[in-house]
Amino acid sequence: MTNPPHRFALLQRLLHWLMAACIFAMLFIGVGMVSTVTPKYLALVLIHKTLGLVLLALVLIRLALRLYYGAPPLPADLPKVMKLGARLSHQMLYALMIVMPLLGLGMLWAADYPIVLYGGVQIPALLPRSDGMHTLLWNAHVYLGFAFFALALLHLAAGLFHALIRRDGVFETIAPLPLLDRTTPAE
Amino acid sequence: MNQPGKLPRSGLGSLVLIAALLGGVAAAFAYTAGWLSPGRLTPERMIEALTPPSGAPLGHRRNHAKGICFTGVFEANGNGVELSKANVLAQGRYPAMGRFNLGTADPNAVDATVRVRGMGLLISTADGEEWRTAMINLPVFPVSTPQAFHEMLLASASKDPEAVKAFASANPEFAAFAAWAKTAPWTDSYAEEAYNSLNSFIFTDANGSDHAVRWSLLPSAQPILISQADLDKRGPDFLEQEIKERVWAAGPQTWTLVITVADPGDPTADPSKAWPKGRRTVQVGTLVVHRIEPERDGPCRDINFDPTVLPPGIRVSDDPFPAARSSVYRKSYDLRAAEAKDYPRTEGGKP
Repeated sequence: MTNPPHRFALLQRLLHWLMAACIFAMLFIGVGMVSTVTPKYLALVLIHKTLGLVLLALVLIRLALRLYYGAPPLPADLPKVMKLGARLSHQMLYALMIVMPLLGLGMLWAADYPIVLYGGVQIPALLPRSDGMHTLLWNAHVYLGFAFFALALLHLAAGLFHALIRRDGVFETIAPLPLLDRTTPAE
Repeated sequence: MNQPGKLPRSGLGSLVLIAALLGGVAAAFAYTAGWLSPGRLTPERMIEALTPPSGAPLGHRRNHAKGICFTGVFEANGNGVELSKANVLAQGRYPAMGRFNLGTADPNAVDATVRVRGMGLLISTADGEEWRTAMINLPVFPVSTPQAFHEMLLASASKDPEAVKAFASANPEFAAFAAWAKTAPWTDSYAEEAYNSLNSFIFTDANGSDHAVRWSLLPSAQPILISQADLDKRGPDFLEQEIKERVWAAGPQTWTLVITVADPGDPTADPSKAWPKGRRTVQVGTLVVHRIEPERDGPCRDINFDPTVLPPGIRVSDDPFPAARSSVYRKSYDLRAAEAKDYPRTEGGKP
């Protein structure tokens, strides 16, 4: 990349915030639906399945955009350990965005549940019925779900740290709309 | 750019703000997960209440734990098309699979000790649509709501001799079930039972019109009545042996699937309330049971007869039970799937 961008492309920024909202919704719906026996259980499960597959499609688009547009560099004065943390946590977030829907699909396939999304869209099964496979995928979905939530919180904290405390312009690279140029704050 | 290692003046306030925001999101998450609401009726609590004092039936369903698999075919006569556009009701033959079972959390229960008998059924069509249903031989459900069902389980398990009485007076609908349990005759075969959906569902026809319905499978076999004592003498697993021998010797066993259509105003949200006699019924087909297989290696073993797995043209109504059952069955399935080693398949059984 000869000419690194100042900030993420508009499409990347919009997709980031759209997916952020949806992922938090998914995590909340996930823990909420498995802890209720009220009629909203069915609606929550339907949203969770449908939105999960939409997010799988979106993350693939997002990866393609990332490869095409690249990412703005982190500030040169950011400590090495923070740069490493940023890179690793971003890679883990991408991995979870891809893996979580696949685990969800797989655990339903292995349990022989038909997968019917909002609007009656049927997803054909690609795994045979297997109680062992179901248990493995289900546990992975649950525990990685909690890890996802923890990592999303950490990501949020880091973003706010850049925006409010370090004020180093990192947050502005992903801010949804082109804000005022705050890379040289008044401080 | 700030000097490294130096926070701006507002740094502390910002840190507090970030911490408060994260704490708030985490607390909302914990609340959503029910961790802050010990009183919430979760699937775990329902299963806890179903668990007998002797312990959970590891590897088995948490209720209706004793059962035997069957396979067969559903022969739709096409009469159901006026009520629902579901493909499974269009004239034709569709593979069926299911499970005769006893309403107990003990997979080793003695047949004559269990009043409630049930059938789980899965009918599928070539396009991948499935209709799953789990029915029982009661004429009406004992209680009106999932919460009341939970309280009923707690009362029945209570050491306090007054608990059931107190429950029955707080839930007057329970009397109908109590009377049935006391007076209804026992039969000597799964093949002689009628199995009822009890829950109400909505059928949607090709024109988009909705019909609130309940359904029943009525047996072709004549019921042979037997006293509880005589059933007990036939042995602890008589019903499974009997259905196996009956199908082997006498051939396929059949039931007529009858749809009962509600009149406007009939109670659809409360399965403890029977609809008035004389409601329109439509015979939509015949369930033919061809083959009986032990559950251990049988095709029904790993099937969750979740009553909310429905084809287009059938959906849940305002009856709160199917959703509650779906949630609890899901948990029961996850538990027993993880405990498969406690209920091992025989040598050569499919994984």
